[in-house]
Amino acid sequence: MLHGYGPAILGGLWATLGVAAASLALACVFGLLGAVAKLSGVRALRWAAEVYTTLIRGLPELVLMLAIFYGGQTLLNSLAERHGWALIEIPPLAAGVGTIGFIFGAYLTETFRGAILAIPRGQAEAALACGMRRGQVLRRIVLPQMVRHAIPGFANNWLVMVKATALVSIIGLDDMVHRANLASAATREPFTFYMLIAGLYLAITTVSILALSRLEKRFSLGVRAVTF
Amino acid sequence: MIDWAVVTESLPAFAGGLRVCLGLLAISLATGLLLSVPLAVARVSRHRPLAGAVWVYTYVFRGTPLLVQLFVVYHGFAQFPALRESMLWPLLREAWFCAWLAFALNTTAYTTEIFAGALRATPHGEVEAARAYGLQGWRLYIRILLPSAWRRALPQYGNEVVGLMHATAIASTVTLVDITRVARDVYANSLLASEAFGTAALLYFTLTFTLVGGFKLLEWRFLRHLRPQRPTPAHAH
Amino acid sequence: MHPTRRRFTTLLSTLLATAAATLLPNATWAQAPDWAKVRVGVEGNYPPFSKLGTDGKLSGFDIDIALAVCARIRAECTLVQQEWDGMMPALGAKKFDMIVASMTITDERRKAAEFSDPYYDVPSRWVARAGAFKDHSPASFKGRKIIVLRNSPRAKHVAEQYKDSEVLLVNKETDVYLELAAGRGDIGFGSSVVSSEAFLKRPEGKGFAQVGATVRLNGGGGGVGIAFRKTDTALRDKVNAALKAIKADGTYKKLADTYFDFDVSGGQ
Repeated sequence: MLHGYGPAILGGLWATLGVAAASLALACVFGLLGAVAKLSGVRALRWAAEVYTTLIRGLPELVLMLAIFYGGQTLLNSLAERHGWALIEIPPLAAGVGTIGFIFGAYLTETFRGAILAIPRGQAEAALACGMRRGQVLRRIVLPQMVRHAIPGFANNWLVMVKATALVSIIGLDDMVHRANLASAATREPFTFYMLIAGLYLAITTVSILALSRLEKRFSLGVRAVTF
Repeated sequence: MIDWAVVTESLPAFAGGLRVCLGLLAISLATGLLLSVPLAVARVSRHRPLAGAVWVYTYVFRGTPLLVQLFVVYHGFAQFPALRESMLWPLLREAWFCAWLAFALNTTAYTTEIFAGALRATPHGEVEAARAYGLQGWRLYIRILLPSAWRRALPQYGNEVVGLMHATAIASTVTLVDITRVARDVYANSLLASEAFGTAALLYFTLTFTLVGGFKLLEWRFLRHLRPQRPTPAHAH
Repeated sequence: MHPTRRRFTTLLSTLLATAAATLLPNATWAQAPDWAKVRVGVEGNYPPFSKLGTDGKLSGFDIDIALAVCARIRAECTLVQQEWDGMMPALGAKKFDMIVASMTITDERRKAAEFSDPYYDVPSRWVARAGAFKDHSPASFKGRKIIVLRNSPRAKHVAEQYKDSEVLLVNKETDVYLELAAGRGDIGFGSSVVSSEAFLKRPEGKGFAQVGATVRLNGGGGGVGIAFRKTDTALRDKVNAALKAIKADGTYKKLADTYFDFDVSGGQ
């Protein structure tokens, strides 16, 4: 039925999951940095973070991917030439991960910022009163509590990101959609293969939703639920 | 630094791309809004099979990438000789129709869930009061529940509209010449990323802020009951 | 360490390590100004000039020419497969140093890249359902939809000469025949060789035929050439010398004869 392209599609599934996971890690880093910057006392940092989130959220993901992918490599090339470095070539996979991570870092900035703001101010104040330094307050008091508040937004962003990874096939990455493209062209049965990968994406979504709801329950242990 | 000649030469093409983008956005949005209202009502109804069927639809269309949905409609449907010989083919073979179909189904799913959530969040007092007045059935929905839900749904719906506008860039993958496709063409011909993608970015930014501004105005009007009130001096009658 | 924090730290470090591993560039390319190592961009989807076998190996006339030229300039060549849509941007982004992908030399393209001398030149062909049109004049195609590769000299020809027809622009040549077979257009305009190899001789091309005679387009010198970045004129000159050499000593003819039973050099 799949004309032997089953393993190729599964290989693509693996690539998609890899890109999504790696992008998530990078997005978390950007998101945390962005959130801390947006809430910091330094105006320049707040401004930079604001520009970052506004820019990313004001443009389509596809356009951002194309711009960062092509523009990024050109920028690196011109930097390398000007300083006489050896030319760095970014492998397409890394470029895709970097791009998606950078883009979703902006969305996660907003999520993490909202989550940090949801923590009662008294927590940070008490920590400072106990003599902790700002860095310690962040690491030991704010971040652990932020996780619980961030999970719904985080879950939502993860689901959107998984679907956005489908777009990396347009910048030439060898992911599930690209494999389906090749298989459809070879077998002339696009419906079969595109429905197959739709099903695989749905499976990823379902597993993610189940796992994330368990995570939410785990992190909400000890928090009394609101009853109406 | 910036080659303005490339930018000015490409403006007519970008104008065409803008028309395609806005046209696709308008028809997809209109369809989505129209279909999502009855679907949302079905989604919150007590009739389990009906609500379940709508849930399956929204789950599938929100759980799969729009790109894949578009490919199934554009490339996938062409696979079947039965479809190619049917009456629908003159429409189905057009790229804009396939894009409209995929985008409409996708945005309907998201909008249905937004409205369903807003309906579920109706304060029970409103429903009780309406029933006390004898309103029921479709009148209850049209006069009380739907306007109330629309107000609640407005902020999220605004996000969805902006998201749909961003998603129209994906239509460039199936031969439609929208802003993104024009940008890629300009880049391929000139190899100047800033000029090509910068112009596209500017256009998308303008569209985004226009839509966001438009929705802020709508919120200002429809959610005026939530505006901060200035305390009025007590009248002495 | 507190158990939750330990788990959290482990998870975070694993995710970060994964990110670091994928992001670190894997190869730094020290540019050899003497061009001892050259990367060649090829398409892999333009039979018989360029195709990707099921074993993942690239083959075709373009590939053979590229390897022959590399042997002449005594360079170690790596073939890099690239989708046609992103061919020029990839050259600009230094993903490879030259394009050997049947790229027609045109004045527009000359603005962004340097070209070698032409290495082959074949005419273009109109393809449609057998018997649908009697000739390929603009009057015959009035009101119909023509499918052609975007940003190509053929697209320009259609835009200029066939103003009364609708045009469907596609991203790669093989899509012309894909869309034609799917019925999304009435006539396709493509390379005479590729339309034959990739479509008319295949089962999906049954019922389709050539319309009118083949057409030779002019402009920019005609023919397909090897593209270079504007700064790499030294490489371009080396490649030109190599091309002259392989034509002179019969290598070119030997390679061409394995694929074509007619003269593709276009008299160059």
